[in-house]
Amino acid sequence: MLKRLAKSIREYKKESILSPLFVSLEVLMEVIIPLLMARLIDDGINANVGDGSLKFIAIYGAVLVVTTIVSLILGALAGKNAAKASAGFAKNLRHDLYYTVQNFSFTNIDRFSTASIVTRLTTDVTNVQHAYQMIVRIAFRSPVMLIFSLCAAFTINAKLALIFVGCVPVLGIGLYFIITRAHSIFERVFKTYDKLNNVVQENLRGIRVVKSFVREEHESEKFEGVSKNIYDDFSKAERILSFNAPLMQFCAYSCMILISWFGAKIIINSGGTTMETGELMSLLTYSMQVLMSLMMLSMIFVMITISRASAERIDEILCERSNIENPKSPVMEVKDGSISFRDVGFSYKEGSTLCLSDVDLEIKSGETIGIIGGTGSSKSTLVQLIPRLYDVTEGCVKVGGINVKDYDIKTLRDSVAMVLQKNVLFSGTVKENLRWGNENATDEEIEHACRLAQADGFVKEMEDGYDTHIEQGGTNVSGGQKQRLCIARALLKKPKILILDDSTSAVDTKTDSLIQKAFAEEIPNTTKLIIAQRISSVKNADRIIVMENGKINAVGTHEELLRTNDIYKEVYESQTEGSESDE
Amino acid sequence: MSRMPGRGGKPVGMGPGMPKSKNMGKTIKRLMGYILEYKTRLIFVLVCLLASSLAGVAGSMFLATLIDDYITPMIGSAVPDFAGLLKAVLTMAGIYVIGLVANWLSNLLVIKMEQGILKNVRDGMFSHMQTLPIKYFDTHAHGDIMSCYTNDTDTLRQLISQSIPQIFSSLVTIVTVFAAMLYTSWILTIFVLVSIFLMSFVTRTIGGKSAKYFVSQQENLGDVNGYIEEMIHGQKVVKVFCHEDKSKEQFDALNEKLCSSATNANIYANIFMPIMANLGHLQYVLIAVLGGFLAIKFDMLTLGAIASFLQLSKSFSMPINQVSQQISSIVVALAGAERIFELMDEKSETDEGYVTLVNAEYVDGELRETSKHTGLWAWKHPHGSGEITYTELKGDVYLNEVDFGYVEDKLVLHDVSIHAAPGKKIAFVGATGAGKTTITNLINRFYDIADGKVRYDGININKIKKNDLRRSLGIVLQDTHLFTGTVRENIRYGRLDATDEEVESAAKLASAHDFIMRLPNGYDTMIDASSGSLSQGQCQLLAIARAAVADPPVMILDEATSSIDTRTEAIVQRGMDALMKGRTVFVIAHRLSTIRNSDNIIVLEMGRIIERGSHEELIDQKGKYYQLYTGAFELE
Repeated sequence: MLKRLAKSIREYKKESILSPLFVSLEVLMEVIIPLLMARLIDDGINANVGDGSLKFIAIYGAVLVVTTIVSLILGALAGKNAAKASAGFAKNLRHDLYYTVQNFSFTNIDRFSTASIVTRLTTDVTNVQHAYQMIVRIAFRSPVMLIFSLCAAFTINAKLALIFVGCVPVLGIGLYFIITRAHSIFERVFKTYDKLNNVVQENLRGIRVVKSFVREEHESEKFEGVSKNIYDDFSKAERILSFNAPLMQFCAYSCMILISWFGAKIIINSGGTTMETGELMSLLTYSMQVLMSLMMLSMIFVMITISRASAERIDEILCERSNIENPKSPVMEVKDGSISFRDVGFSYKEGSTLCLSDVDLEIKSGETIGIIGGTGSSKSTLVQLIPRLYDVTEGCVKVGGINVKDYDIKTLRDSVAMVLQKNVLFSGTVKENLRWGNENATDEEIEHACRLAQADGFVKEMEDGYDTHIEQGGTNVSGGQKQRLCIARALLKKPKILILDDSTSAVDTKTDSLIQKAFAEEIPNTTKLIIAQRISSVKNADRIIVMENGKINAVGTHEELLRTNDIYKEVYESQTEGSESDE
Repeated sequence: MSRMPGRGGKPVGMGPGMPKSKNMGKTIKRLMGYILEYKTRLIFVLVCLLASSLAGVAGSMFLATLIDDYITPMIGSAVPDFAGLLKAVLTMAGIYVIGLVANWLSNLLVIKMEQGILKNVRDGMFSHMQTLPIKYFDTHAHGDIMSCYTNDTDTLRQLISQSIPQIFSSLVTIVTVFAAMLYTSWILTIFVLVSIFLMSFVTRTIGGKSAKYFVSQQENLGDVNGYIEEMIHGQKVVKVFCHEDKSKEQFDALNEKLCSSATNANIYANIFMPIMANLGHLQYVLIAVLGGFLAIKFDMLTLGAIASFLQLSKSFSMPINQVSQQISSIVVALAGAERIFELMDEKSETDEGYVTLVNAEYVDGELRETSKHTGLWAWKHPHGSGEITYTELKGDVYLNEVDFGYVEDKLVLHDVSIHAAPGKKIAFVGATGAGKTTITNLINRFYDIADGKVRYDGININKIKKNDLRRSLGIVLQDTHLFTGTVRENIRYGRLDATDEEVESAAKLASAHDFIMRLPNGYDTMIDASSGSLSQGQCQLLAIARAAVADPPVMILDEATSSIDTRTEAIVQRGMDALMKGRTVFVIAHRLSTIRNSDNIIVLEMGRIIERGSHEELIDQKGKYYQLYTGAFELE
């Protein structure tokens, strides 16, 4: 997993290496400072031989000032490189994820829900970015500091330095226990948090239901239950964590006391020859540095384990391979709009029951086909196989006499225009949205397509006509208007096959029939497949397919089906019952 | 969604663009109210913090004693007496132990306080939210309300558990260390003060820059995330139009912009710590040099004093840094607390109603209140005279010349009068925004009318207690809103004491029983809001069953069957007809075929009733309804 993620570092390798390098050098400087300090105190202040001492102090002082300034510059450089490396890494990671998702097939998109893809691209990337910055800066800093400080301490006095060796494992093991125990509880807390958020969210969305059933108290009780869980778990985790600071202090204080006692003894016994006062002070400084770096290390450990979940989620996307790929030597032209289904079966999940089976169908180029069926009868599934949004599980689908799997995907999809059931307009002007169909469409072509889709009228009435801004998700046009714009967008592709998946459900019947008429007159050579709930939308089709439970129940003209097909008759009657006599 | 506390980039120090609290004094006072509920605990915590800080300072001072009183004088002596030194070291160890225990206790004691306050705030917020009028939910973005529960309570947690204790102990440390430093050497103290003053300039410059870039990073991040969200939601459309390359191109441009502002923001945040730390080292070095100079040239200081002072100067600048860092989190937390309090201060739904709904029975032809569940309900109406009258609940709804507007000065309903006799079916037809749903919102008093009267069984609905009024009304909406839980729990939501049999018969009534039985665990199948295991149509059937189990005399069906295909609808319609039987029903439907059999169809346009009558009457009128019905007009 790490290898795959690391691939996204790319051009930021230099910064990623420089940053820990500078950090290490900075740490080296910081470790040298107490050593020099010891000399300054022992040879300068403590020696107290008048002007000679002052000279010592001046020299060591100057060296120390230079050292700290160098250390400051190194630290700043490390910070700068870490920022560049992490921001750049995040950029590349986001880029890679986005590109991977763009190549996803419908199956891939279905597997991850939209919301989860969005979270992975946003929150998870940010988490990994922070973790990465931690790694290149602090994750190096602490161990380096630990090792350097220990080394320096040993050069001063190996016996006293052994005290650290005793303290480090105590702190290390203590921290390990605290963190692992607290972490598992925290993970549970986060899950409970999700639950809590879920309750709030459901109440916000369903407040009308809550209020109309007078369930305010019931909901409050539910909330308080979850809230209590958080209280309990959080308290438990924090109680464990509360040992953290005292443990640290215990180690620090023990070191100080032991170093003071034994250090003083060594100095006194040796008369200041084996060790001097300044060195004692340096040792105390090192003891703090050693313990602090252990503390930091434990924090990093926590941070990294938290972001590990994010990294895993990102990796899932990076690993995901699109199951629909271009063939080796693709066919680059679609001859005509004929379609044929041969023994086609399909299931969304491998191994599960087929939701579409035994489909055999021949559609001639230029034919108009209506498709009718209840929800869940796999109408949409059937048509989505044509532009190869999904691959068939059994049998084959041919367009223009050639298996769809042999076409270049872009060529195929450019020839097969599909207006999806759940359609989307994007933020931008009307014109920009329509140009999705054809980037180079002229204004005339756009208007023509809109006239066919019966959208020209209302677009012209809008404030800025074709330059009117569409809000994200198309919230500032009505459902019917949105559908007509989507149809116009598809028409601009000048497709050989046009598929409307329940795309006129919010359009009134009169406009609907105008659209059908325009299709018949203006694009007679285009094969048209129209899925609809309303019989009136498909009545005039050359043939109508009745779908039921993933199978073709009947095929025929309106009149034929009315005579022979019960389902069709039932649907027809449910929609027209009583109205005939009124008309 | 921020559920991980305390992560993510924060700008260092204060600067422009930080959320400022509008009314800080008041917010603090109110927050104190919550904290003071744990008064004794708070005092203990503060005492412990005091002890622990003092122990730390004593440690720094100890070094002077160690060097000056023991090491230096004893170095020359031939037979050193270690008893005194041992005593001093042991005393110090004792002080440390006290400090350690005090620190641990303060950590431990603060937990219950912190978590208790948070729970109180959370629970208070939620139960208050439940009392708010629908208007509040309609006019506030759900994301904003959500963030009160997530981000804002989280910053509050940090405030109580970290910022406040840390600031308190920092202040104690600063004061005592300052005293100790003055005691040790006033000249060096002045030097420290000057250098800290200079360092604060650096802090402010970097902090300001960092905040500035941080703001632009947030903006760019918002752009990128917004783009991702829009494109991923439309991903299937992108694929159908082979628009991948274009979308990649636009994404890259935004991503590049984010990268550059994120780099800048992080550079300033990253260099802050090393610069501060090294300036600290520099100060440390200069103190040693200056101290050494003073000691040798003027003999003003002992070696021990310098050693102690060096330690003290470290203990001095650290808490000052901490306080300045904490101040920014406090400002953020207070802004969050203010938003929480704002929510809690929102006015609850007012309810002056005093007429209540009670179980009733007829005794000797007279309606009496009873504690038994009789299936018969009555309005209990206490009068000013002390007399109590009972009116049988029948479901007679009468709107008289009602005017209404969601915002003042902008009426959406004009002069609407409707009478729904018990058991009648009233349908509303009209374009979006014509005021259909608005009328139903007035009947269950989600909103209150501006002018006119609404009577329920002859009683002005303003006199009826809201909860009792709503209990007598069933409602099925287009957006079904099922809750996380089992199918059975969701149906039972209509009436919490319904038996399993009642739940099942309600499901049968709504023709939901069959598909429920086909679910993996039948009635015990979990419904998860996100899993989308049920189709929209199935959700609607459950919502209908939920209303059926409540068994109210009046039903409101707002586009209840719009997500069901016409053939299934025909099946559901049977259930619906069964459900509607004997009840007063208000129906709003897009598909005119579903309302054809209504007793009274009301056609609305721009908040006015333009036609009314039965289906046949309206068709004969050849007016708007006729046009709609024959498909000459679009209902949008």
